[in-house]
Amino acid sequence: MLLITCPCCGVSGEETEFAPGGEAHLKRFGPGSEEGEFAGYLFYRKNPKGPHFERWRHAYGCGKWFHVARDTVTLEIFGAYKATETAPPQEILDRIAARGKA
Amino acid sequence: MQRYSAFAVAREALGYHQGWERAWGAPEPRAEYDVIVIGAGGHGLATAYYLAKNHGITNVAVLEKGWLGGGNTGRNTTIIRSNYLQEPSAAIYELSRGLYEDLSQKLNFNIMFSPRGVLMLCQTEHELRALRRTAHANRLAGIETEMVDVARVKKLCPIIETSGPRFPVLGGLWQPRGGTARHDAVAWGYARAASDLGVHVIQRCEVTGIDVSGGRVTGVQTSKGPIRARKVAMVVAGHSGVLAEMAGFRLPVESVALQALVSEPIKPCMDIVVMANTVHGYMSQSDKGEMVIGGGADGFNNYTQRGSFHHIEETVRALKETFPMISRLKMLRQWGGIVDMTGDRSPIISKTPVEGIFINCGWGTGGFKAIPGSGWATAAMIANGGDRVADPFSLDRFREGRMIDESVAAAVAH
Repeated sequence: MLLITCPCCGVSGEETEFAPGGEAHLKRFGPGSEEGEFAGYLFYRKNPKGPHFERWRHAYGCGKWFHVARDTVTLEIFGAYKATETAPPQEILDRIAARGKA
Repeated sequence: MQRYSAFAVAREALGYHQGWERAWGAPEPRAEYDVIVIGAGGHGLATAYYLAKNHGITNVAVLEKGWLGGGNTGRNTTIIRSNYLQEPSAAIYELSRGLYEDLSQKLNFNIMFSPRGVLMLCQTEHELRALRRTAHANRLAGIETEMVDVARVKKLCPIIETSGPRFPVLGGLWQPRGGTARHDAVAWGYARAASDLGVHVIQRCEVTGIDVSGGRVTGVQTSKGPIRARKVAMVVAGHSGVLAEMAGFRLPVESVALQALVSEPIKPCMDIVVMANTVHGYMSQSDKGEMVIGGGADGFNNYTQRGSFHHIEETVRALKETFPMISRLKMLRQWGGIVDMTGDRSPIISKTPVEGIFINCGWGTGGFKAIPGSGWATAAMIANGGDRVADPFSLDRFREGRMIDESVAAAVAH
């Protein structure tokens, strides 16, 4: 069972308190984009066996969206950061690198 | 190949059962094959078998990193049905269900196909309307299904509580020739029959790299050394994304854990398969007497073959409303498998951006029922470059917006 700490309200809880929202840091493609860009935006998700950056919502708490760095094999959570960040913070990348999983 | 029969059992009994041959070979890999199939699960083995049987291509290797049928083939809840909504789905799943009918005879291996009937419950008004639509679609596609009323539901499965306050039963979609089969035996049967036709089934041989030269596949790197081939089929379910990355392309799939559980064995109490879409669970009784229960999938990407405990709790809590008698049963064991989900919940059977590489993946939560049809269509695609049944499931559909939307067809939310 995943234990997540919400970076918005600071409350820790297990995964039933949160709702998963898929891959983080997607670039949205709008009107005028190529077919391939639409397909990529809509359907082609990163599916790594290892560290994964993803969106979660504190559904039964403060209700805010945020980001989580999680390993899809060990289920280790490397940390959570706010939805306003456009890339994972260095501190979390360092933690992942320390595990030998750059 | 030594043929299995009642006579053979009697004959071998006289020799204290010392005379049985190995069911399939354990060859060392050759330097080159015409076709390499990666993944010795049901789909991979069926692909190899039909390549040899239907198309005469016998210089084929099936490479497996673990053991035969050790992935999702041995982890599913063994349900076989073809009551899908869309035409391409109806074509492949009904082809598959039809092949299951005499598969034991064709493979000379008892896969224990039991067409006991599959009942999809309608527990809300909108579900009743949706399944009526499916019943009409099935009729047009030539698939034998019918809508049944509550009295018939109760007659088909007396242990269902039809008047429950939370989940009343309003009717059901009944497929009398759906059912179950012994999942391991499907893999074993295909392995034995393919091996007999000259296919090499090579276990404990992990693919560690794909050799691509000038946009064309030339072979694979494995834990048993390099093997050359002009055609490579990836049939690895949850790990499809990992293999595609080795070959330098991406797939529109996400891997999640889907889980199931069985109860302690009890006396026979239900002789059909019941799928309760609204409560996200389905149940049948195995020959051993265990109630086999399929649950929901995790909402996040996952490569651990277990799954979240709360899904089990939610599934069982809801199923208990429909089957009150299971409330005192103990859970015997629980497990998970990694399934590869596509955006439209339909599979991918396709050529890929790399010439010579074919992919069969994206079966998501419903791969077992499709094994014979999927192998049949994939083999035809590899041998002939295209196939009437396989073509609609090509990778292009995500670019073209040509979805085969089956997200409402499965019994569980996914």
